[in-house]
Amino acid sequence: MVLDTSSPIAREATLPKCPTGIQGFDEISGGGLPKGRPTLVCGGPGCGKTLFGMEFLVRGATEYDEPGIFVTFEEKAHELAENVLSLGWDLKELEARGKLIIEHILVERSEIEETGEYDLEGLFIRLGAAVDAIGAKRIVLDTVESLFAALPNELILRSELRRLFRWCKQKGLTAVITGERGDMTLTRHGLEEYVSDCVVDLNVRVKSDIATRRLRIVKYRGSEHGTNEYPFLIGAGGFSVMPITSINLDYATSSERVLTGVNRLDTMLGGQGYYKGSSVLISGTAGTGKSSLAAAFARATCAGGGRCLYFAFEEPVSQIIRNMGSIGMDLGKLMDAGLLKFHASRPTTYGMEMHLLTMYNMVKEFEPDAVIIDPISNLSAVGGEEEVKSILTRFVDFLKGQNITTLFTDLTFGRTVGEYTESAISSLMDTWILLRNIETNGERNRALFVLKSRGMEHSNQVREFILSSDGLELTDAYLGSEGVLMGSARVGQEARDFEESRLRGQELSGKKRSLEAKRAALESQMAALKQDFLSMQEEIEAVETAAKAQNAALFKDRDMMAKIRKAD
Amino acid sequence: MDKSKNRAADFEKALKARDQQKYVLRLYVAGMTPRSMQAISSIKSICEEHLLGRYEIEVIDIYQQPGLAKEQQVLAAPTLIKTLPLPLRKFIGTLSDRERILTSLDIVPKV
Repeated sequence: MVLDTSSPIAREATLPKCPTGIQGFDEISGGGLPKGRPTLVCGGPGCGKTLFGMEFLVRGATEYDEPGIFVTFEEKAHELAENVLSLGWDLKELEARGKLIIEHILVERSEIEETGEYDLEGLFIRLGAAVDAIGAKRIVLDTVESLFAALPNELILRSELRRLFRWCKQKGLTAVITGERGDMTLTRHGLEEYVSDCVVDLNVRVKSDIATRRLRIVKYRGSEHGTNEYPFLIGAGGFSVMPITSINLDYATSSERVLTGVNRLDTMLGGQGYYKGSSVLISGTAGTGKSSLAAAFARATCAGGGRCLYFAFEEPVSQIIRNMGSIGMDLGKLMDAGLLKFHASRPTTYGMEMHLLTMYNMVKEFEPDAVIIDPISNLSAVGGEEEVKSILTRFVDFLKGQNITTLFTDLTFGRTVGEYTESAISSLMDTWILLRNIETNGERNRALFVLKSRGMEHSNQVREFILSSDGLELTDAYLGSEGVLMGSARVGQEARDFEESRLRGQELSGKKRSLEAKRAALESQMAALKQDFLSMQEEIEAVETAAKAQNAALFKDRDMMAKIRKAD
Repeated sequence: MDKSKNRAADFEKALKARDQQKYVLRLYVAGMTPRSMQAISSIKSICEEHLLGRYEIEVIDIYQQPGLAKEQQVLAAPTLIKTLPLPLRKFIGTLSDRERILTSLDIVPKV
């Protein structure tokens, strides 16, 4: 990973450090090896001691302008040069530029006879001459223990070695001394007794047929350092140590959203889809449509002009393209447009660390907006749960730092259906979608749940997930008196419901009609009554008028009679 | 019978030739330290005693000629290298173990 000077270890600056330039090592050692002091690098055969030393020198010469001497007791200079040429290090050229000297010191037991007291002044003179010739600041002794085989007098040799390490200190050389691992001790001949400033242990462990290299700083006098065992690998560019502690939870968080590729799923996730730069987990049993959902996301990303990197650990690329074609997604076109890139490999091809490095390098190179890993569960075939988790943690961390949306699929097994992930990584995930096969009435149907989605409103409803040649679709599962139904049961129930409601509708309209008729009848009755009422009123009025007229006539008659009778 | 006689004669001849073999020795020392002096006097006395007239010895100070030391892969001081007769042999130390040197140099001690 990148050198991170903001890490708590790196801030410590109690001791002058000599940066190694080895990817990740300076980070865990807080800036490099102790300057002007010897460091012991020990480990079994083939664990990368020589390479560690060589990279220390090459980086020193090319990046820090510190020339170095490589003292080899085992390999010949040209052999060494050939071995590291594949890593892009041209030792001959460095030698020609006076940045590096390879001293091959040949010692053969059979040739030498001891006859009394001696010292190793010859070695000192030789190293001294080499150091002075190029003004070396760094030296690697690989591996001084060969001398034990050649020189039987251990007493002399030990005192001479002590003198040699002291000499290195006096000359101000930052030294790397390699040593073969012993049975019970760090080195076979107890070199750790003499080199007490810094000890780095390298080892290779084989688990389930896959080897993982690890590095640990056993001690580092006068400095804080990472104490863990850090996996490392030797890749095309040399050593890479990947400290798990590079987790700095301080990357910027985006509130931008990205579409999921399935309309209804966007709706379920607060209407806008995933957060950009978030991590999404799609888990489910076999055949629930995980890859399809992943491909839909890839397509949606590319449709928006983004770039998507697809790591396939299960299927070859051609198969994925064919399969996705069958559900209406033409991924080949996106590939041709350079928006989508596949990287298919078997998880068992190499160890977890190598996978991580490959993915890391590809991401750096392709600069995608989204990364898909399909599926992560296959990785556990390579590493243990812990290891997979540590790798994914670092990978997710790295991608989040780059604001890249990550989508993982995870295959869970039938017996552990549900809210469980094979790699126990759910806590790393921001959004977790669970796909499930639900078996009813002799058929299996896909159901989709959003188990969690940090920082957004999301639906708690189960949806039926349908894959058809038209693409991916989510429909509401049937929720009614019969419970939750899916598939043909849902379709059947929906038909029944429709029929029922039609009948009910008919009934209702009949009832309505008869009521309306009744009302009409009442209305007409009401009109008739009103008519009666009016005529009756007229009659009453007529009677009243008649009565008035009678009265008037009566008064008139009475007056008349009075007049006639000449009443007074 | 003749054959075996011839063989015996050849053997005698070879032995004699070996006695006449010329020795070329190089002694690498680191300065004129007591240890260097001890080695020089030790090899000189052996040669004078056993190889009189048929040896050649060169004392090289590796401080003066570091290139020569590198060429011969000389690490220890003092180092004695026998270049002739073959095979090449290397001795390190003050050359104090006389018996061992004689055996390894293939010198038959004079009785």
